[in-house]
Formats: sequence, structure tokens, C-alpha cells
Amino acid sequence: MTPVITAHGLTKRFGDLTAVDGIDFEVAAGESFGLLGPNGAGKSTTMRMVGAVSTRSGGDLRVLDLDPETHGPEIRSQLGVVPQEDNLDTELTVRDNLLVYGRYFGLPRRVCAERADELLEFAQLTEKTKVKTDDLSGGMKRRLTIARALINDPRILMLDEPTTGLDPQARHVLWDRLFRLKEAGTTLVVTTHYMDEAEQLCDRLVVVDHGRIMAEGSPAELIRRYSTREVVELRFGSTRNADAAERMAGVTERIEVLPDRVLLYADDGESVVEKVLALGLEPTTSLVRRSSLEDVFLRLTGRSLIE
Amino acid sequence: MTTTTSTPTAAAQRALDAAVLPRRFGWWYVAEAQLRSMKAYGWTIVASGVGQPLLYLLGIGLGLAAFLDVSVAEGPDGPVDYVTFVAPALLMTAAVGVAMDEFTYAVMSGFKWRRLYYAPNASPVSPPQLATGVVVACVGRMLFTAVAYYALMVAFGAVGDPVTGLLIPLVGVLAGLAFGLPVMAYSASIKDDRGQFALVQRFVFTPMFLFSGTFYPLDTVPVALQWIGWVSPVWHASEIGRALSYGSAPGAWPVGLHLAVLLLMAGVGGVLAGRVFTRRLRG
Repeated sequence: MTPVITAHGLTKRFGDLTAVDGIDFEVAAGESFGLLGPNGAGKSTTMRMVGAVSTRSGGDLRVLDLDPETHGPEIRSQLGVVPQEDNLDTELTVRDNLLVYGRYFGLPRRVCAERADELLEFAQLTEKTKVKTDDLSGGMKRRLTIARALINDPRILMLDEPTTGLDPQARHVLWDRLFRLKEAGTTLVVTTHYMDEAEQLCDRLVVVDHGRIMAEGSPAELIRRYSTREVVELRFGSTRNADAAERMAGVTERIEVLPDRVLLYADDGESVVEKVLALGLEPTTSLVRRSSLEDVFLRLTGRSLIE
Repeated sequence: MTTTTSTPTAAAQRALDAAVLPRRFGWWYVAEAQLRSMKAYGWTIVASGVGQPLLYLLGIGLGLAAFLDVSVAEGPDGPVDYVTFVAPALLMTAAVGVAMDEFTYAVMSGFKWRRLYYAPNASPVSPPQLATGVVVACVGRMLFTAVAYYALMVAFGAVGDPVTGLLIPLVGVLAGLAFGLPVMAYSASIKDDRGQFALVQRFVFTPMFLFSGTFYPLDTVPVALQWIGWVSPVWHASEIGRALSYGSAPGAWPVGLHLAVLLLMAGVGGVLAGRVFTRRLRG
């Protein structure tokens, strides 16, 4: 199948700063693709280039087999964009936000009205149709932004940090909606610095840091390749973590000391905990959990994702 | 329109088709949206559009003019009523006032506070189309204000020839653009509000209103201050307005010259605004 997005050596420089440093990736139709990385990694800049609102400084980029340099309006006509910061017209009603936006794509008013009603239902906002957008909660505004991005029936839906700033319940409602889109075959491109979000939404992702791709694969593949099946988190108190880690050397192959806890990587977490206790160490708390993309990122960059 | 490859793929073809209308009418879609959001303050637009001329024309026509025994201005056929002399300039100032409203805080808000411009920016609409749409909507508001002003001028008997005078509201719109488009370019270039617009209001708009030959002919002003009129869209537009109402005063600049100055200011401002919008939205 022809990829809907192809980037080769894609580069973006702002003066001396190289925000995106020659990255390569492809996104297939119907795929849910993620860019995972800390703030400032170059994810949003990449999204802006793919979204044909920022010109590249180097490399090749094709979206729907068109070049964003020459066919910006054509590409944008096929995208749905959910920006990092909501830019809804807060003075307009919920429904009017959709109607106005649909017109930017040259859709007839009748089509805008029909789609607006369907999308409000999809976004679970039917009861808020006539409410001023300013009066919506953060989660509702986010869902409205997603509904707005779908008004042109896009081939690709691009979501930049879709759930940043939302409470856990609102995040889950949003994920559910996005999951439905994914099931319906919409191509999703998501940036996030949340591991759980990437694991929930992405079939495949690239880990980005300092404008470069550090690794690529499905969440499960990345975890298998760069981490162990389980992780033991032990807390000894911030002053004693480093000492304890020294004494635990050899208990398992890899140990990471973070400011507030020590992570021990192993396929069998429980047996590691037993070995630590056998050394006479007494952690204040201990937790055995499955490995996550956070561990992958730590392994790849030596840093935690959210600093 | 073709892609670089010989036959576009189905997805590319769909994109090519979908962008035909927005490439042509994107500016109008933006104007539609802008006009829709003006509804939110529609009453302010109507009240100031009708109330302001009513107050000025009553104040000057029935108040100030009653105390003036001597005529301050000449027309081609001799002295002109004070209110007839002042009225075109008041209309021009009102149109420029609308531009001051729509092209300062509103533009900065679109980029910064409410970020409204970033929504159409992700659609097929281009930055120059976006700027054009904002301007077209403002032209609509200026036209409403100028036509309302003109109707009241006629009602107050403040127009020499009401038929040629019908063009005065259009000159008002041009005055608004000559002032407004350069201001729009400036507003779009500002990243942080440090009171710049208050300075524009105090040191550009107000002196322009007071020293543009609004209340007395520009050539009666000390020579050292006359340059304010020469660079002021209000003066150039007022002179055209007066020519349309009762004819040019002896020794006045040709109307074509005034028109050329206004068109030049609006043209340069428009090009600059389009460029600044593009630079700001396409980093």
C-alpha cells in the first residue's frame, strides 16, 4: 500500500537551532502512528511540516503523494488537525464552531450542518449544541476540537498532545473516541509525551529526542527490545537510594537510580524483590510492574520523559 | 493543476479536487466567519455607527455653527456652511475609527490571545487569504458606518450635492483602508502587548483627527503642522469628500492626487500585511 506520509532526511532549522535533524519515517493508510518524546524534541515542528504550515529546511516530504511546498492547500484539505492549544472561537456556540470551520474547506452550508450534527453526537456534545464554547470543560473543549478537525472527513487526523492538561477521566473518554476513529480506519498521527497514551493509541511509534529518531517499532516491540518484561520500583528515601543501589549491584543486569526511586529491570520481578530482601535491605515501598515506554525512553536517552 | 508525477494517485486527486474552491474563495470563507463573530458585538456597531454621527452633527450643526458668524471655508461658489464643511471629515474619521477598532487589538488577539487565526491556518485557507478575509469583513463594517453617517448628513442638510455625495461613503472605506492596512501589518508583527496600541491611539489617531483640516481648512494651520495633514488619510479623504459634496475650494490639490495617496497607502499596507501574516503563520 502507498504510504500516506513519507519523510526522508526531513530537517527544520530555526537559525542555529536544528529542531528536526534529518528524520525518516513512513505512515501507512489506516495506521495509528505516534511521535513520542519530551517537550522540545521536535515533535510539533514535524507535525507542522506534515500539516503544510511550516516549510522544511531540507530533505523530502510527501503527504498523500503531494509536496507540501507546492500543494499546501490540497494537503490541508485532507487533514484534520487537533493543535496542542485549543483555538476554538470561544465567543461562538459549540455548533457554530463546527459550521464556521467546515466553510474554510469550501463545504456547502447544508453539508456542514449535517456533519456538525453527526460529529456533535460522536463527541458526546449533543446536549451542549447551543452552549457558548467558553462555558465547556477542558475535556469537552478537546472533544469539540477533535469534532471540528473531522468536519472535512479527513484522510489523516493529526493530534498534537491530545490529552495534555486533562484529568484522568476526561483522558479516558477522549481515548475511547480516538480508538473508535482508529477502528473505523482513520489514519492517526499522534504526538505525546505520555507513555500510556502512546501505548493506548499507537500501532507503531518513533521515539524522538533532540530532533532525531532514537528508535522505531510497535509499543510491545520497543519494550521487548529496550527493556525487560517487568520492572521493580524500590524506594529507600531520597538520601539512601544511591547507597542501596550500590549494594544491590549484581541482583539483576540493569539498575537505574532516579532521584526518588531505584528501578531494577528483570523478567521476573518477584524473584528480584526476594534477592533484595535477602541482602538485608528494607525498602520503604516496593512495586513490581510491567515495563512501559517510559523505561524504553530512559534506556535510550538516560533521561526520564517528563522532567 | 497537476502533480509532478504523471498520474496523481486517487488520494492526491481527491486532494486536488477538494482544494479548488478554497484556493479561489478562501478569503470569503474567512470574511463570513469574521462577520458572524461581529454579531457578538453587533449592537455596539449599530449604536456607535448611528449614535456618533447623530451627536457630532447635532453638536456642530445646531450648537457650534450657531455661534460662528464668519465662514471658515470656501467652496467654488463662495463660503460654505460650517456643518457642510466639517461633515465629510467627520465621516472619514468615523471610518478610520472602525479601522482602528478592527485592525489593532482584534488582529493581535487573532495571533496571540485567542489564537483564532491558527484554526483557518490549518485549513486550505492561505495566510494572505486570511488577511484578505479579515479586511473584507472590516470593509463591510466601515461601509455600514459610512452609509449611516451619510444618511444622517443628508438628513441634516450637510451635503451640497446629495447625488455626487453618494460616493462619499466609498471614500470613507478607502480612508479606513489607507490608515487600517498599514496598522494591520504593524499589529500582526507585534508579539507582546506593551501598550503600543494606546500610543497609536494617542499619537497617531487623535492628532490625525484634530490636525487633518477636520474642523478648519488645513492651509489655516501653521505651516509647521501642515505635514500632519499631508500624511493623514483623513485629510486626503476629507478633501475628496468635500469636492464630492460642494466642489473643490480654489487652489485645492487635485482630487486625483488625493486618491493616489490613499490608494498608495492602502496598497503598501495591504502587501505588508499579507507578508507579515505569512511570516507569522508559516514559520
